[in-house]
Amino acid sequence: MSGVVSALSRLGLWGRGAVIAMPFLWLLLFFLVPFLIVFGISFSESIVAQPPYAPLVGWLTDEESGTTKLQILLNLTNYLRLTGDDLYILAYLNSVKIALVTTLLCLAIGYPMAYAIAKADPARRGPLMMLVILPFWTSFLIRIYAWIGILKSNGVISNLLEWTGITSGPVEILYSDWAVYIGMTYCYLPFMVLPLYSTLEKMDPTLLEAAADLGCRPLKAFLTVTLPLSLPGIIAGSLLVFIPAVGEFVTPELLGGPDTLMIGRVLWNEFFANRDWPVASGVAIALLLVLVVPIMIFQYVQGREAEER
Amino acid sequence: MAGQPLRKPTRLEPWQDAGQAPYVRIEKVTKTFGDFVAVDEVSLSIYRNEFFALLGGSGSGKTTLLRMLAGFEQPTEGKIFIDGVDMSGIPPYERPVNMMFQSYALFPHMTVEQNVAFGLKQDNVPRAEIRDRVAEMLEMVQLGAFGKRQPHQLSGGQRQRVALARSLVKRPKLLLLDEPLGALDKKLREKTQFELVNIQEKLGVTFIVVTHDQEEAMTMSSRIAVMNHGVIAQVGTPTEIYEYPHSRFVAEFIGSINMFEGRVVESAADHALIASEEAGCELYISHATPAPTGTPVVVAIRPEKIALSKEESPDAAGRNSAKGVVREIAYLGDVSIYLVELPTGKTVRVTAPNVTRRTEMPITWGDEVYLSWRPFAGVVLAQ
Repeated sequence: MSGVVSALSRLGLWGRGAVIAMPFLWLLLFFLVPFLIVFGISFSESIVAQPPYAPLVGWLTDEESGTTKLQILLNLTNYLRLTGDDLYILAYLNSVKIALVTTLLCLAIGYPMAYAIAKADPARRGPLMMLVILPFWTSFLIRIYAWIGILKSNGVISNLLEWTGITSGPVEILYSDWAVYIGMTYCYLPFMVLPLYSTLEKMDPTLLEAAADLGCRPLKAFLTVTLPLSLPGIIAGSLLVFIPAVGEFVTPELLGGPDTLMIGRVLWNEFFANRDWPVASGVAIALLLVLVVPIMIFQYVQGREAEER
Repeated sequence: MAGQPLRKPTRLEPWQDAGQAPYVRIEKVTKTFGDFVAVDEVSLSIYRNEFFALLGGSGSGKTTLLRMLAGFEQPTEGKIFIDGVDMSGIPPYERPVNMMFQSYALFPHMTVEQNVAFGLKQDNVPRAEIRDRVAEMLEMVQLGAFGKRQPHQLSGGQRQRVALARSLVKRPKLLLLDEPLGALDKKLREKTQFELVNIQEKLGVTFIVVTHDQEEAMTMSSRIAVMNHGVIAQVGTPTEIYEYPHSRFVAEFIGSINMFEGRVVESAADHALIASEEAGCELYISHATPAPTGTPVVVAIRPEKIALSKEESPDAAGRNSAKGVVREIAYLGDVSIYLVELPTGKTVRVTAPNVTRRTEMPITWGDEVYLSWRPFAGVVLAQ
């Protein structure tokens, strides 16, 4: 009897282990292994071959003694190029700038949206959130192309401005940093609204009543009670926008001008135009390191929030 | 346990004094939510230094009334005056009132000290004074050592006291308490009842407490308003409410009571006689009833006012006495509850103190017993 029980409990343990192992296996296969490959390539040398980089590890046969030695070649020039060439540093800085502006714009637009939805009649919250998520049902590329039609000279905005007489000629917003900000803010807004909404919706409304009861005016109550309590949502939303925005490629490629320098575009160029895989890998690794810091902050905040609950 | 004398024998009874102006005056206040009438034309006067309880079940409108006093809800009709000032349109943050919330509503991102200091900060009280008053308040609720803690690091009882300190630190003239003891366990609740009354007497604050717990209302308050379906069923001191209920609802809501349906046979200035088939005897009441002869009424008799005996009392003569069989006995330690079935089928509840110590009860299951009560025991209620 006890044998059966222990066998069952062992099976239960095994089953639990299997459930936990699945995501780990997934991450190992599709994140850690590719990452290590890219990390390896970043130390290699670019050659004209298929694949276009020199192997890191090789066997070196000494002709005279006939002995074979293991040879590992680590090439750091790729990383030196990253620090040496202005292009990469400028691209990084510009990416961070664009991502920051996008995050702030998303926060400025997303907070009132999330607040209004969280305060709406419970029956209306579902449909309103549905509207926030609705754009995801259309292909991302199509939505960006739609923005081209809106932003180009003689596009919707340009014609509207001309028609109302605010401007005398056509206005070109497309192919500028502003077009990138508009496109990226539009794309990432739901990622800001969702976590903000979930923290604001959970907030106990009697806290605001308590603040009012103690003599606090509504605006001050918002600043001293609502805002600090929604901080986890602000941080989560900001990171969800900032992290992918730094590495964004498609939006700046399609909406940005030739001088909209972003690390994602540099990466693309190195891989596909220059076919310099080692440098591209170096750029990718450096980008990852830049992003690891905010990701770790995100993890820490989430962990702390989970602890409090 | 009910009826511990928390109050000093010299009661303040400002409602008896015609010269006293009420501190809170509620005038024909109605509050509707859509079709639902939460509070229905309620009028009340509450005086300075009172410990006033709004007692009722859920949905009786007691909390809505309290929220209108705090300013979270506006009356649909009627007016509320606090200290003579019309409160219509005055937002909660401008009212001379503080509230202690049922959920306590402590700010989770602030320490105990910051929570208590919050109200003073809104009034731009100087820093040193805030520090002193917060410390004094925390000392009063015996949380002096807990100032730096976060609310989630406190027990339920400690949180309750932080909420009390926070609502009292601004020295309001009127404190509203929404089920202040609801979340505490029984022992702590009894202890806190004493503390609340002591604090109220010490600070001279008018308390209005919302509660569904009749024992809580009875022990703490100077007066009770029993609410039912948005209407005030009766206002009075705990004794008045318990001994002289005006209606069947109040009689049944407060404590347990036996009801005998009957018909008025004789109605005089000093007594009334009611014939009740249910009781199986005539009920003689030593006070007048407004009900004229012939009207159907209900006579309510509290279980502790009925005597239980194995011998028939000699002066019974078919009045205020009945014979029955003991069906159930509940031994509660200090008292025992007996359920006695009359030949008419009616079950009567009787409580008797366990005066002597014994393991064998003199009256036990299945015994034939005689019930009797004095003429003053019954209260005549309209049906």
